[in-house]
Amino acid sequence: MISKKNSKVVPIVLDGKEVEVPEGINLVDAAALHGKEIPHYCYHPQLSVAGNCRMCLIEMGTPMRNRETGEAILDDDGSPKIGWVPKPVIGCATNVSPGMHVKTESEKVLGCREGIMEFLLVNHPLDCPICDQAGECRLQEFATDYGRGYSRFVERKNVKPKRTRLGPRVTLDDERCILCSRCIRFCQEVPKDDVLGFVDRGSFSTLTCFPGRELDNNYSLNTVDLCPVGALTSSDFRFKMRVWFLKDADSICPESSAGCNTTVSSREGELYRITPRRNDLVNDSWMPDSGRELYKSVKSDDRILSSHIEQNPCTTDEAMVEAIRLLKGKNIGIVGSCKSSLEEQFLVNQISKKTKAKNYIRGHFAEDDGILLSADRTPNLRGALVSGFTQKYPKDNLLSLSQSLGKKQVDALLVIDEDLDAAQVDAANLDGVPIVFIGTQANTTSNRASVVLPSLTSFEKSGTFVNRSFYAQFFRQAVPGPAGILPDLSLLSRLLNGLTEDEEIIPDQNSVWKLMNSVRGSVLKGISLTDVKKEAVLLDSSKWSDLPFVEAKALHFEPIQKVEA
Amino acid sequence: MSNKSTPTERRIILKNADDPNYSNKIGCYLREGGYSMLKKSCKMKPEDIGAEVLKSGVRGRGGAGFPAGMKWKFLDRKSGKPIYLICNADESEPGTFKDRQIIHKDPHQLIEGMMIAAYAIQAKQAFIYIRAEFFEGARILESAIAEAKAKGFCGDKILGSDFSCDLVVHRGAGAYICGEETGLIESLEGKRPNPRIKPPYFPAVLGLYQCPTIVNNVETLCNVKHIMEIGGDEFAKIGKPNNTGTRIWCVSGQVKKPGYYEFECGALTLGEMIYDVCGGLLPGRSLQAVIPGGSSSKILRADERFSGKLKDGTEFDWGVEDIPLDFDGPMAAGTMSGSGGIIVMDDTVDMVEAMANINAFYAHESCGQCTPCREGSLWMRKITQRMCDGGAREEDADLLLSVANQIEGRTICAFGEAAAWPTQSFIAKFRDRFEEKVKNPERKKSSLQLI
Ligand SMILES: Cc1cc2nc3c(=O)[nH]c(=O)nc-3n(C[C@H](O)[C@H](O)[C@H](O)COP(=O)(O)O)c2cc1C
Ligand code: SF4
Ligand code: SF4
Ligand code: SF4
Ligand code: FES
Repeated sequence: MISKKNSKVVPIVLDGKEVEVPEGINLVDAAALHGKEIPHYCYHPQLSVAGNCRMCLIEMGTPMRNRETGEAILDDDGSPKIGWVPKPVIGCATNVSPGMHVKTESEKVLGCREGIMEFLLVNHPLDCPICDQAGECRLQEFATDYGRGYSRFVERKNVKPKRTRLGPRVTLDDERCILCSRCIRFCQEVPKDDVLGFVDRGSFSTLTCFPGRELDNNYSLNTVDLCPVGALTSSDFRFKMRVWFLKDADSICPESSAGCNTTVSSREGELYRITPRRNDLVNDSWMPDSGRELYKSVKSDDRILSSHIEQNPCTTDEAMVEAIRLLKGKNIGIVGSCKSSLEEQFLVNQISKKTKAKNYIRGHFAEDDGILLSADRTPNLRGALVSGFTQKYPKDNLLSLSQSLGKKQVDALLVIDEDLDAAQVDAANLDGVPIVFIGTQANTTSNRASVVLPSLTSFEKSGTFVNRSFYAQFFRQAVPGPAGILPDLSLLSRLLNGLTEDEEIIPDQNSVWKLMNSVRGSVLKGISLTDVKKEAVLLDSSKWSDLPFVEAKALHFEPIQKVEA
Repeated sequence: MSNKSTPTERRIILKNADDPNYSNKIGCYLREGGYSMLKKSCKMKPEDIGAEVLKSGVRGRGGAGFPAGMKWKFLDRKSGKPIYLICNADESEPGTFKDRQIIHKDPHQLIEGMMIAAYAIQAKQAFIYIRAEFFEGARILESAIAEAKAKGFCGDKILGSDFSCDLVVHRGAGAYICGEETGLIESLEGKRPNPRIKPPYFPAVLGLYQCPTIVNNVETLCNVKHIMEIGGDEFAKIGKPNNTGTRIWCVSGQVKKPGYYEFECGALTLGEMIYDVCGGLLPGRSLQAVIPGGSSSKILRADERFSGKLKDGTEFDWGVEDIPLDFDGPMAAGTMSGSGGIIVMDDTVDMVEAMANINAFYAHESCGQCTPCREGSLWMRKITQRMCDGGAREEDADLLLSVANQIEGRTICAFGEAAAWPTQSFIAKFRDRFEEKVKNPERKKSSLQLI
């Protein structure tokens, strides 16, 4: 998603057509807004401008003015006379100004592109058949679109290192590097870990890591994404899959409350990689390396793959009947999850309301990196607030649950994906309390639960997460879940329908959203599922401004300023 | 050949340089009236000095020939940021060896010029960025600065005034591109000398540490002292309009007396320089070509003729030998006076080999930042090298020209032109030699090893 922050517009003449573009933007972006591609390599909208690849050369002119009077000089036909800059200029470093004329398709411009493409290819190894970038390579794309189509180069190509380990997750092929310096600028400007640079000069310039250093920061894989060619590759994904076989789903990273927008790529139900998706309001074009590993949980050894009663496998139906039997009529304590989607949390809260249960929830906190890995290591703590599941900020590590259990105010538990033993719950207090566990991964709690119902990871279902800035963001299913596992919404609605005599709830997103919208005073009023499916929707967070949120100032995030009493 | 009398040098900058009784010690400089112009200037209003420099019309001696007074006027004084002065002493253009004469033989002249300039632009910190290979020059400058500081000509409260300006010698990073002013600034900041994109990084606005900065050549800054001595108007009378002052020409190649010679601009022609001042060519040789302004300038073929109209309206019809040695003369002949490095080539020079050597230089010195220069310079080198190694092809001349055309005007810095112009002009003027290589690929016995 490209931010449309700038509201002021200026008129420019783009290939002879007068158009309006936001003030202050550069010509690459301006042309793109009007469907014209100015090809570029080194320019990246979220990094400083280097202007080194020269692929974006275009012709530019501005209305001529009389030096003394400042008046516009007119042509014979009364239109403003345009002073064309004699040399082509780079679009990425040229900002629009009122009345500016731009040619992006002239013979001169096409000649420039042909020349740059030829130069980029003369020493390029062209190992597309074995190159991971093939299929999503700018060099391939622009060579076909703007290249000459044949080679005039008969000399020997330069030889450079082919397999350099830059760090634990990134492998470099220097021959493929087009020296655009995007990766260098990224390291300097985003994770502020200045470790990459060029050595040698001219055509022998070689990307490398500073002596004694490694590219090992938690954002290193972003260099792989922003590398326009196959020079930087992910050591994990390398040689695993041709990208044109991959199916992409728009998702949201569940790693922390930053809510990075992601693309989850799979083939035939198998996940292969997670890459960031651009959202100028949330994560620009980046995400932490750690978040990209999370797809591995789908196939991890501790994944719960079938329902259990007293640790014995059974059918979902049997488990469901037993769960309802155990919970019905009891003083239920519900341990919700900050990892559940907004829709799931809402349904869990419906169960709670209908059964007069007590709600508990545990926050998961760790160090904030001030970028895109926030101190709140769950994707949807704010969803628990928005859905009404909790009003309190979950900082007590379930101590209150332990106390309720101790006082026998709770005599049955419904636990969503939480590990009670890891929290501050006294194990002795759990003795004799039947537990119904819904979750994806086994833990001490599922091991002691009377009923275990397996559920889906965020890659196998869809839903909404509310991030640290209170953006409601929709994530789409990337792969089907393991055979026989029901979506959480279905499990929850079946529980709800079994525990109450009310009208049945249909377990689909639309129905749940209708119910959520109808809650009196909800901040979701007026917002539809279609809205959040389209783009991130900012929710009104004023209700919760007094809560002790833990996140630190970070990329696109300002903590709420609390006035100390 | 001419039967006129040999034109005589007019030494202003090098006045004392080669006097056997003159050394680079401050005593000698003071004896010759040194630092009195700094004394005078410090009592003037800074902007009045700028006005004199503007009136003098003095053009930059570093290569581009941009009027120094005008450059100073572009300084961003509104930002409130500190202003820096940098002397470009990176002198690495092949064929150029003038700045080192000044540095070695009369360093105080440069220091005085710089301190006047610093006062005029109100810089509190000045640098001399000196070519890495000039070990001796750096040492001389450092001791000269220490002498000047001890006498209050530089550093804190210059000559008891309120004006302070520190001066530091910075040894370069050993690359030609460190002489390009924005590459120099990057290097001075401790980074790779990657030239900056302009816009927005014009040194006068966003220079050293993103502060307004003036970069001038050694010879340019020395002239400032002489402008203060005689006044801008008087200075403007030396030489010719738009080509004021003297220039130090460095002549190399196959002449009898190569060396550096200081003349008033336009006081002599290229022919007079070669035949009268430098004693002509070696016995039995004839002139084949001249590169008039350092290796980056376009080559001239001995039998070329140039005609047209000068800016002042006078018509001209010149042979190579008639080209006046100033800024506008070589420009009118389609080349440039550049850094003043005149490289003379007689009939023994194999033009393809000369081209190969020039290309080797540019391929080696390209910083590698931008695509056309980085790839084009090495490609041209590979082609010409192959041609010299017996592999010349019919289409190579056209290919070379096309590669050069794909570089010119499309790069971050003027190195692109510096790399393209030699090839463009060699092909335009000596295409026959490139075609000849296809027919006679054997190297001559007399050929030297290529770079
Ligand atoms: C590739 C390249 C190399 C240069 N090398 C030098 C140099 O060695 N010395 C120098 O004075 N100017 C050099 N210049 C010119 C400088 O960029 C700059 O124009 C000059 O220092 C300005 O001083 P001036 O106005 O006094 O001539 C070079 C320019 C280019 C493009
Ligand atoms: S980087 Fe692109 S052009 Fe180069 S080998 Fe890989 S796919 Fe081919
Ligand atoms: S490795 Fe990729 S991103 Fe880095 S400079 Fe080379 S081409 Fe650009
Ligand atoms: S033109 Fe050459 S020297 Fe100048 S920035 Fe580009 S690559 Fe570097
Ligand atoms: S995109 Fe590389 S120079 Fe503009």
